[in-house]
Amino acid sequence: MIGKRIIPCLDVKNGRVVKGVNFKDVQDMADPVEMAQYYYETGADELVFYDITASFEGRKLFTDVLRAVASVIFIPLTVGGGINSLEDFDTVLKCGADKVSVNSGAIKDPSLIHAAAKRYGSQCVVLSMDVKRVNGQFRVFANGGRIDTGMDALEWAKKGEALGAGEIVLNSIDTDGVRGGFDLPMLRKFGEIVEVPLIASGGAGKKEDFLELFQYDRIDAGLAAGVFHTKKIDIGELKKYLSENGVNIRI
Amino acid sequence: MIAVVDYGVGNLFSLMSSLRYLGLNCIVTNKEEDLLRAEKIILPGVGAFGDAAAKLKESGLWDTVIESAHKKPLLGICLGMQLLFEKSFEHGEYEGLKLISGMVMPLSADIHPSLKVPHMGWNRLEIVKDDPIFKYFENGEWVYYVHSYYAKDCRDGILGISEYDVKVPGLVRSSTGLIYGMQFHPEKSGDAGLRLLKAFSEIE
Repeated sequence: MIGKRIIPCLDVKNGRVVKGVNFKDVQDMADPVEMAQYYYETGADELVFYDITASFEGRKLFTDVLRAVASVIFIPLTVGGGINSLEDFDTVLKCGADKVSVNSGAIKDPSLIHAAAKRYGSQCVVLSMDVKRVNGQFRVFANGGRIDTGMDALEWAKKGEALGAGEIVLNSIDTDGVRGGFDLPMLRKFGEIVEVPLIASGGAGKKEDFLELFQYDRIDAGLAAGVFHTKKIDIGELKKYLSENGVNIRI
Repeated sequence: MIAVVDYGVGNLFSLMSSLRYLGLNCIVTNKEEDLLRAEKIILPGVGAFGDAAAKLKESGLWDTVIESAHKKPLLGICLGMQLLFEKSFEHGEYEGLKLISGMVMPLSADIHPSLKVPHMGWNRLEIVKDDPIFKYFENGEWVYYVHSYYAKDCRDGILGISEYDVKVPGLVRSSTGLIYGMQFHPEKSGDAGLRLLKAFSEIE
């Protein structure tokens, strides 16, 4: 049967990995290619790259990085950040991406999900959502979690799935960066209504958090950035630990 | 030299990268003469069967692939593997290259409704019949799949399977000859996938 996945996420700006990078003695690890190589060798099941640059030059550097990574890393690569059109899909897929993640671009124009799924297949389209509780409701936030769209997140997830998203990444703003564990109460709400694979993001702080996450069988993958970048959690050790505790995972 | 058939289906970036990473001499081509002079052929492919079969015919390489397959090792990957079979029932009924016996059928009809389609992600490949293709591969290593249809009634052609409620033929071979098919993506299956490609490159 299909194994659970561990996915490190790399935010890339001007050709370097930023945010959560804290390799004090190993400065070079902020080089995206070396970092990707490190994750590949320690057993990551997939890598996510977010382009967080806005400039044209930054965009060019990002696709250069992507091409370099895809030339030496042979696991699935998902790319997100600034994906607003089919042309954006085309650009990153040609540079070696396997899946493309949409967030604010799909909020602005939901038909992008449908158009991309039709052209590249649902398996290629990932809907990424930044979700936060507001007055007892799960709300979708746009622009990197900065703007409350007022949209109901559960409805958006259902709509995204109906439009053809093949996978949903749920990032809980409430637990993101806190490292106190994944937002299981929130994930359960989505797990009850969503049928496509669900990727949990936000809150991982220790190995046990992943074990707790995968006890809920509706979750397919755990995504994190900082805890992996700082080497607080080593992916090889994490997967060994999960496997020893009964999680079906590639080691 | 390995010729990777380019008939306008899917993206060959990762496959070419993996072959080059292994140090193999390889080219992407849509020319008949390249397939004729190549030592081995890889037939890739993603998308829908009918569309891919039509494009391979349009490229004029349909018959060349069939003829070459009887003379040199051929590897079909993902949809390229499905094309090797007799027929596919993906959104209609389409003729395949008929190089390996079996039919391509929808997974959804045969698996428990709670299981997701496509069958996407990492799954273990269990060896059911030993073969030189497994020279560098250990039983039960993980490979990466993305597909909604699968080969059925392959009879004696199955070398490796993955469990997804049904036994999905992951690695197949024609009963005679050196025609191989991989339903998973070896170019996305980490080191285990690279080792399978390396073994294919050494098949003679």
